[in-house]
Amino acid sequence: MEALDGNAIGGILYHVFGREMTMAQAECVCGARGPLAECEVYLGGPGVVVRCRVCHNIVMVFVEVREMTCVDLSGLRALELPALH
Amino acid sequence: MAGATLHGRLTWRVATVKAVVDETPRVRTLELEVPGWPGHVAGQHVDVRLTAEDGYRAERAYSLGSAPGEPPVITVERLEDGEVSPYLTREVRPGDAFEVRGPIGGYFVWRADDGGPLFLAAGGSGVVPMRAILRHRRNSMSMVKVRLLYSSRTIEDVIYREELDGEEVVHTLTRAQPPGWTGYARRVDTDLLREVAWSVGEGPLAFVCGPTSFVESVAAGLVELGYAPRRIKTERFGTTGR
Repeated sequence: MEALDGNAIGGILYHVFGREMTMAQAECVCGARGPLAECEVYLGGPGVVVRCRVCHNIVMVFVEVREMTCVDLSGLRALELPALH
Repeated sequence: MAGATLHGRLTWRVATVKAVVDETPRVRTLELEVPGWPGHVAGQHVDVRLTAEDGYRAERAYSLGSAPGEPPVITVERLEDGEVSPYLTREVRPGDAFEVRGPIGGYFVWRADDGGPLFLAAGGSGVVPMRAILRHRRNSMSMVKVRLLYSSRTIEDVIYREELDGEEVVHTLTRAQPPGWTGYARRVDTDLLREVAWSVGEGPLAFVCGPTSFVESVAAGLVELGYAPRRIKTERFGTTGR
């Protein structure tokens, strides 16, 4: 499966966080840091998997269960939200 | 207008197809009417949701091909084994409706005051957000220099062909070329980028969109030429476009 990037899940992110999130700075447990838009994203599985572009660790997982979105952020060390336009 | 796109909840809205334009045998543009559309920024996309009679739902993201201030337009490439694109490129007629949410995205976007010079690199249907950027630049009377490098398989696969004739576009045709073709005829590599992209000294801003492999190789090539990674915006459509 070929990776997309965080742009592809802008809608899911917006739905979960209630705001534009692709410009949010994500920090992986490996220390790599960058906008969510630049993370690797895999849509083909049962959920959405977001991986660090440097170490390929899983930083976020989204799974939809009966209209509820379950979110696992355990691979994320920090998430910094930029000011909105 | 842009503010309205970034605050509040993102809701599914009904989009009605106003017009249909066949761009290539596999690519179709749909002009949409979306009541309550808050306006969009060049480079943003929408999620499209189709619901079958049995309740099964499928969602896909499609870049907007129209400029800010214009009604939302999506251009869809048909993937024969797709769940959404065969309907959007074959079945849908003016007057039909489906759900969209958006506009979405704050990274792969360009506003006229972001400046340039702009170097745009598109593979296949990756040209869709580039049209939004080119139109926005024209509509806002921006003086920013812009050049589009556009990679297609054949001349028949070139989307927005007539409109792009009015822009500074460098085509490369990777699979087959018409008789007398004098343009590039290979995949984009660093040597090609060195010839086509603005020089680093001009402080260019790059947007790269298309299949994942195209985006990876173009972005790596630009970095090799000395482009600042922070000035290269990327958007990947996967193996075959979306």
